[in-house]
Amino acid sequence: MSAAAAPVIEVHGLNKSFGDKHVVIDLALQVQPGEIFGFLGPNGSGKTTSIRMLCGLLTPDSGSGTCLGYDILKQSGEIKRNVGYMTQRFSFWDDLSIRENLDFVARVYQMPRRQEAVERALEHLGLAGRAEQLAGQLSGGWKQRLALSACMLHQPRLLLLDEPTAGVDPTARRDFWEELHRLAALGISVLVSTHYMDEAERCHKLAFIAYGRLLVQGTAAEVVESQHLSTWSIHGERLAELSEQLHGQPGVDQTVVFGGALHVTGRDAAALQESVQRAARAAGLAAQPIDTGIEDVFIHLMNESGAAQRLRAE
Amino acid sequence: MSGRDFFSVERWWSVVRKEFLQLRRDRITFAMIVAIPLMQLTLFGYAINSDPKHLLTGVLVEDHTEFTRSFVAGMKASSYFDIVEELPNEEAGRAALARGRLQFVVTIPPDFSRRLLRGERPALLLEADATDPSATGNAIEAALELPQSVAAKDLVGPLAALAGGSPPFEVRLHSLYNPEGITAYFIVPGLMGVILSMTLVLMTGLAITRERERGTMENLLAMPLTPLEVMSGKMIPYIFIGLIQVSIILVAASAMFHVPFEGSLLTFYCAALFFIAGNLAVGISLSSLAQNQLQAMQLTMFYFLPNILLSGFMFPFQGMPAWARVIGEVLPLTHFHRLMRGIMLKGNGWSDLWTDVWPIGLFIVVVMFVALRFYRRTLD
Ligand SMILES: Nc1ncnc2c1ncn2[C@@H]1O[C@H](COP(=O)(O)OP(=O)(O)OP(=O)(O)O)[C@@H](O)[C@H]1O
Ligand SMILES: [Mg+2]
Repeated sequence: MSAAAAPVIEVHGLNKSFGDKHVVIDLALQVQPGEIFGFLGPNGSGKTTSIRMLCGLLTPDSGSGTCLGYDILKQSGEIKRNVGYMTQRFSFWDDLSIRENLDFVARVYQMPRRQEAVERALEHLGLAGRAEQLAGQLSGGWKQRLALSACMLHQPRLLLLDEPTAGVDPTARRDFWEELHRLAALGISVLVSTHYMDEAERCHKLAFIAYGRLLVQGTAAEVVESQHLSTWSIHGERLAELSEQLHGQPGVDQTVVFGGALHVTGRDAAALQESVQRAARAAGLAAQPIDTGIEDVFIHLMNESGAAQRLRAE
Repeated sequence: MSGRDFFSVERWWSVVRKEFLQLRRDRITFAMIVAIPLMQLTLFGYAINSDPKHLLTGVLVEDHTEFTRSFVAGMKASSYFDIVEELPNEEAGRAALARGRLQFVVTIPPDFSRRLLRGERPALLLEADATDPSATGNAIEAALELPQSVAAKDLVGPLAALAGGSPPFEVRLHSLYNPEGITAYFIVPGLMGVILSMTLVLMTGLAITRERERGTMENLLAMPLTPLEVMSGKMIPYIFIGLIQVSIILVAASAMFHVPFEGSLLTFYCAALFFIAGNLAVGISLSSLAQNQLQAMQLTMFYFLPNILLSGFMFPFQGMPAWARVIGEVLPLTHFHRLMRGIMLKGNGWSDLWTDVWPIGLFIVVVMFVALRFYRRTLD
């Protein structure tokens, strides 16, 4: 990854409204070659809409930019040829077999040695034995895996993946992320939206979007750092009760129970420490400071942007 | 944009293949392709008879002579009239007509034969229940002709002089290409166009909206396919369907209704191909105008109605008001009716058919332009 290489995605000032609903507001993104870029945000925050604008499926109301060096407004044909886009909702043909779906994709992209590519994809998927089965008969997770391998079939230089692993089992997800990193090492760039925090942590860069606004963007460490949060962890039993008590205490912005541990996060480190230690002592439990995780940051961002949005609406 | 970007045969073929594969698995559509032509042919050809015969008739004969018996026999022979009742008096006849028990009452007045022989041109009364003029029109025509033919048969020898004059009722149906007036000959070539319009416009009308509704349109749009590739690719399988339907109708027309075929088979299929293309163009542009399958169906009906009413299938074209004829002239179905009747019944060749070919061609060009114009390249 050389610093001089032109960004794969570079857009700024992108806006999109549906009716009077402003869905994406002044979006600016930069994705470098070979980068796995995670796109996070609550439901309805505008992730899918943003991705669709990048690959020419939606026309932005304003803004401009390039994707693989092609103008997103004028050269959508070129972009489509070189990008692999996986839709959030399964959008292959239920009434075509697995092989027929892959074969159709290979033909549309005018791949040389089409059959070989299809066979390789089937082998890779582990679906070679079921190639003649109709795609509509696959289970949800397998549909997802088929869609994924279909959108990578033509060896695109950029992958735009909209929640590619939703409903996919942990083993397949791990395999999939290993594959993504392998591709990234080859210089292929990936923009991937996800709701899984473990996946967020495996991205080179992250962007968090809420209510159409991009709130932070950077490496996981940068994102965590940017929010200046401190987090304490309390181990023990009856944590839900403790969590109730801590709500609204000075310095406490959020509490999240993770099985055997309670994470308490806040901006004001000193006030947080005092509140946490007091509560822990009262409950006879031990509290220790820990590194703020990505998940703590995202829950914090979601709460904050929700509150801000409510304020704007009033 | 270079030529390759605008249209690639390879990409186009991928769409054609996909459509064929999907069609092969769509059993209902397949059944429709065969069932609709046969069902419509049977319904229109047999059940909906616009030239009904054997209408119920009563007679009130007050003058029993050789001549009046011959007249009644002539009516029976025309096969339009079934003499089911001898009426006692005028009132009985009126009542039967009013209640719809009889459709015709024939009254032969007492001194009919005597006056006929004196050359006074007596009248016999034909009372008809003309509630449905189309049902009785042909029968009336046949009845009005009877005096002439009966006279020619019975007024022989010394009475022949009476037959020589011109009776005031001379109404001769002159049906050149269909002397027996068999409606199926007229209806079946017309049905060909109606069936093709109905099935093809509907099926292609659903083609693009179906992708939109199933969510596969997003995928299709994200691929490097051009509107022309998608649209024409989707049309190809339906051309075959159209040709299959045309063949079914042609075979059924001759097997079921013995409709003659005077023209050339090649001309026939060329004309059909042309008309099929017209319908597919309409269907595909309705498909790109509509948001969903329901709207596509509604638009299809909206297109279908004037076609049925104004193309000369339902009502004789020349009998329509000028504005309706103008609309009719625009519709490919009107021209296809003329082409089919021309080829099947008259044996016309291209020189005769040309005037109905170019309007269809122009229609296709305009409609395809509209379709490409309205094809949405994005999800907006
Ligand atoms: N075609 C459309 N017409 C009208 N509104 C739309 C359309 N597409 C999206 N929206 C609205 O835009 C907002 C953003 O939707 P989008 O699908 O981009 O969210 P998302 O971040 O992908 O959500 P999720 O995580 O649930 O997939 C939502 O409020 C949605 O209702
Ligand atoms: Mg989404």
